[in-house]
Amino acid sequence: MTGKPKFAMYWAASCGGCEIATLNMHEKILDFDANFKVVFWPVAMDAKYKDVEAMEDGEILVTLFNGGIRNSENEHIAKLLRKKSQILVSFGSCAIEGGIPGLANLTEMHHFFDTVYTTVSTDNTNNHRPQVEYDMPEGKITIPEFKPVLQTLDQVVDVDYYMPGCPPETHQIAAVIDVLISVVKGEAVLPPKGSFLGVGNSTVCDECGRTRNLKKITEFKRIQDIKKIDPDLCLIEQGILCNGPATASGCESKCPSVNAPCAGCYGPAIGVKDFGARMITAIASVIDAEDPDEIERIMDGIIDPAGTFYRFGLANSMMRTGKASWNGK
Amino acid sequence: MANSKTPSGKPRIGVYVCHCGTNIAGVVDVEDVANWSAEELKDIGVVLSRDNKFMCSSQGQELIESDIKEFGLNRVVVAACSPHLHEKTFRGACERAGMNPFFCEMASIREQVSWVTKDKKKATEKSKSMVAGAVNRVVYHEALEPIKVPINPTTLIVGGGIAGIQAALEIANTGHEVYLVEREPSIGGHMAQFDKTFPTLDCSACILTPRMSEVGMHPNINLLTWSEVENVDGFVGNFDVTIRKKSRCVIEEDCTGCGICVQKCPITVIDDEFGVGIGTRKAIYTPFDQAIPNYPVLDKENCTYFIKGTCRACEKFCATNAIDFEQQDEIINVTVGNIILATGYDLFDARKMPNYGYGRYPNVFTSMEFERLCNAAGPTNGEIVLRDGVTAPKSVAIVHCVGSRDKNHNNYCSAICCMQSLKFAHIVYERTGAEIHNFYIDIRTTAKNYDEFYQRVLDEGTLFVRGKVAEITDVPQNEAEEGKLIVQAEDTLAGLQRRIPVDMVILSVGLEPKGDSDEVAHQFGISCSSNGWFTEKHPKLDPVSTMTEGIFIAGCATGPKDIPASVSQGSAAAARVISYIEMGELELEPVRASVIEEICSGCKICNDLCPYNAIIFIEDKQVTEINEALCQGCGTCVAACPAGAIVGTGFSNEQILAQIEGLMMDFSVPEVV
Ligand SMILES: Cc1cc2nc3c(=O)[nH]c(=O)nc-3n(C[C@H](O)[C@H](O)[C@H](O)COP(=O)(O)OP(=O)(O)OC[C@H]3O[C@@H](n4cnc5c(N)ncnc54)[C@H](O)[C@@H]3O)c2cc1C
Ligand code: SF4
Ligand code: SF4
Ligand code: SF4
Repeated sequence: MTGKPKFAMYWAASCGGCEIATLNMHEKILDFDANFKVVFWPVAMDAKYKDVEAMEDGEILVTLFNGGIRNSENEHIAKLLRKKSQILVSFGSCAIEGGIPGLANLTEMHHFFDTVYTTVSTDNTNNHRPQVEYDMPEGKITIPEFKPVLQTLDQVVDVDYYMPGCPPETHQIAAVIDVLISVVKGEAVLPPKGSFLGVGNSTVCDECGRTRNLKKITEFKRIQDIKKIDPDLCLIEQGILCNGPATASGCESKCPSVNAPCAGCYGPAIGVKDFGARMITAIASVIDAEDPDEIERIMDGIIDPAGTFYRFGLANSMMRTGKASWNGK
Repeated sequence: MANSKTPSGKPRIGVYVCHCGTNIAGVVDVEDVANWSAEELKDIGVVLSRDNKFMCSSQGQELIESDIKEFGLNRVVVAACSPHLHEKTFRGACERAGMNPFFCEMASIREQVSWVTKDKKKATEKSKSMVAGAVNRVVYHEALEPIKVPINPTTLIVGGGIAGIQAALEIANTGHEVYLVEREPSIGGHMAQFDKTFPTLDCSACILTPRMSEVGMHPNINLLTWSEVENVDGFVGNFDVTIRKKSRCVIEEDCTGCGICVQKCPITVIDDEFGVGIGTRKAIYTPFDQAIPNYPVLDKENCTYFIKGTCRACEKFCATNAIDFEQQDEIINVTVGNIILATGYDLFDARKMPNYGYGRYPNVFTSMEFERLCNAAGPTNGEIVLRDGVTAPKSVAIVHCVGSRDKNHNNYCSAICCMQSLKFAHIVYERTGAEIHNFYIDIRTTAKNYDEFYQRVLDEGTLFVRGKVAEITDVPQNEAEEGKLIVQAEDTLAGLQRRIPVDMVILSVGLEPKGDSDEVAHQFGISCSSNGWFTEKHPKLDPVSTMTEGIFIAGCATGPKDIPASVSQGSAAAARVISYIEMGELELEPVRASVIEEICSGCKICNDLCPYNAIIFIEDKQVTEINEALCQGCGTCVAACPAGAIVGTGFSNEQILAQIEGLMMDFSVPEVV
């Protein structure tokens, strides 16, 4: 290969936080620039899809892909970058698990459009909906087509590595970039395909400094309803739903260390298949009641179960894996 | 996503589909299932697939053995009955052929398919899914080695009723040590309260007390009465038990059982325990004359010395200075290999049926009150009189099924009340000559010599009214009812309402689980049915075992039964224990949970969940650990651990997910509408 290895970063259905976290590396970016040639990174520099289309297959060494696959454009670029890249990294919660945009999978597409195009603040008296194609005097114009569900990157293309977080922590990104540089220099080898990068083996609790005791939940509370949160006691024991127990470690327990429950952005820990199911069974196991009515009352304290337990992972959950039914062959 | 383990070696799977006579083949097209598996599951590793009339027969087992050898099978799937029944059989066959038995998996196409699915086509399809699930799963099985535990030869028996007594004697007679823990001051249980026992009418005390004294004197039995089990740790072969021996205020070593203290005690109180409120006892007492052991118990709540600080009459008269007012509870720790729970029953509280007037009308008695009343050693020396203590009843009504077979109370049959009511009818007839009416729903006299006893009571002239009693009242409607208790019932045979005035009513109250049966079950790591009776490992084939190895159950603690059945269960439980002791060592199913230390975050969610107390927290490492010998592989913690740090051998994520995928396999030809 001649010249510096090529690098790309792309955003599909995501918020841009992943890009910011990456750029947040400060002077590390110079190291990065010394070792890679950025060929495609819409957020950071101008580039055209057709430039990528013109590349040789496998011409890009590594692509960090963030965001889920929400529309036909996302899907097209995912497939394109897969073809052009030697290493495709599913980067950030949305690419890996669907993330916040994946919560839209709870409703059907037309409801989704209704919500967006008929809000009070929307001036849409003719009740229009976006059309994929439209004939204009100048000719036909098209926009990307919305897909019925948001899919994760690996439901659409083959993925080499995963790097979770919403967004991934900058220090973890920097460390991964360091590894990549050493690999390029021939000083290190790549981890096995399918590995999760920039995460620990255990869960957020492992990095959380709060004291833990036997858990017996008699009531769920929201943080805004609590006068004073005990800064030293496990949040779950204070009735606050914290996703720390099922979330992969790696963030240094950022949220619990400032009295906010873990939202679960680092995704499922190594041994966890379905994040929400895990959290629900775990929490249900420690509800301290026998009487069905009492259990019901306690459970009613969970205001938004899907948004709490599947905030990031709905699109990747077992309920919606997007996997076609198996035919035995 | 996560770690997917690749199976060890390329799978070569044999599938066996059992007809179970017509049990399965009558509904499922077994041949089709076998052929389909051979064809469609080839890619997963099925190398042969057969159907067979009875896989569990020796011929069926030999088929597996020879196929393993001839075709080099390394996995076996048997689609037949429930693994509860024959998993051991087929694992055995595999083992004999040199295969690790845990490479054998069963698909329950009888219990889960043919017995519950009528439609033949659907049943066949469902069987295919079950087989696909099992085949897909068995690929991920691993070779496991059984866990061996040594058996401590000492046994703990909880409850000294007839069932516990029987078990204790059987074990002790084989030369092994027994700890018999009884909550009350004496052993004997309910049987000690009766006068006569149906159907033979033996005197209860005459047949019971020899057994009781045998227990009291047996060199291998450590009898701990007025005691309770406080804590149980450990597992089959090795339970650590903490027993609280409550203070009696009597030094057992010094007490001769002369009874002078009881005689001299100035305080008389109503005996609400053994005497069920009929009769009295002293503040220092033995519950009955033949009590074993016969040292008394001092009732601190009623003792003048404990209330006012003076008296000490008992102490003054005791020749051996055996009274010790300062005596404290004693904590005794013992290690035992097996435990038998024979904690018996409680009685239905007749006050829950206010329409029968118990507690309001003095002459409405419960069955146990009547037992005391007619007992030769009871407060009236066996004379049957009304609550006033003098008047003999001229007419008596005996009401069956009180609180039993009743949606509002207990839906089950208490099994003994028919016979007990007939026994009462006979006793009343014999001793008073009163007119007797028995009100029954159905007469259930199924055991040996029971129906003959019923005939005898019929011949004696007892009148039987078939119908549930609606009400018992003292409000008369005519002169004949004046001053009487009127039993109102629909006579369903005659098709009319009857009002029968009587002097005395006996309510045959049903049997209920002990009030604390849930706590006791939890303490010993076993389970209760929804009614509260201890649950058997198998209701028919293993009625004295529980799902927890080393914990056995006997007598009425498992459900209502008569004395012969309670005794048989006591013997049966003892036989199970003796066979474990003889084996010296037990092989346990290696299906166990374990914690992957690096993954465990120490969140402690699992820490309080294990029904067998197998989970421990290691403070210095801040991680959880599971005691392999205690764990029964129930899977509770595996499901609860939010980190997925707990894995269950035989129930790994890979195995379960593979099985689900197999089950979900879509192979049906779309129906033409
Ligand atoms: C009114 C009546 C009359 C009957 N008449 C007859 C009859 O004539 N013939 C017949 O065959 N059957 C008869 N029965 C049935 C008979 O009573 C039972 O079959 C028999 O008593 C069952 O014995 P058991 O040892 O299982 O239970 P129980 O007799 O109840 O003994 C259980 C013992 O365990 C003790 N215990 C309970 N919990 C604990 C604990 N946690 N720790 C320590 N100790 C504990 C109790 O104090 C008790 O001593 C009659 C029943 C009733 C209600
Ligand atoms: S549950 Fe949340 S608060 Fe409790 S230890 Fe885990 S991360 Fe910390
Ligand atoms: S699987 Fe877990 S909860 Fe169940 S017995 Fe074992 S350690 Fe206890
Ligand atoms: S639930 Fe899991 S992570 Fe939490 S302490 Fe138990 S084993 Fe460890």
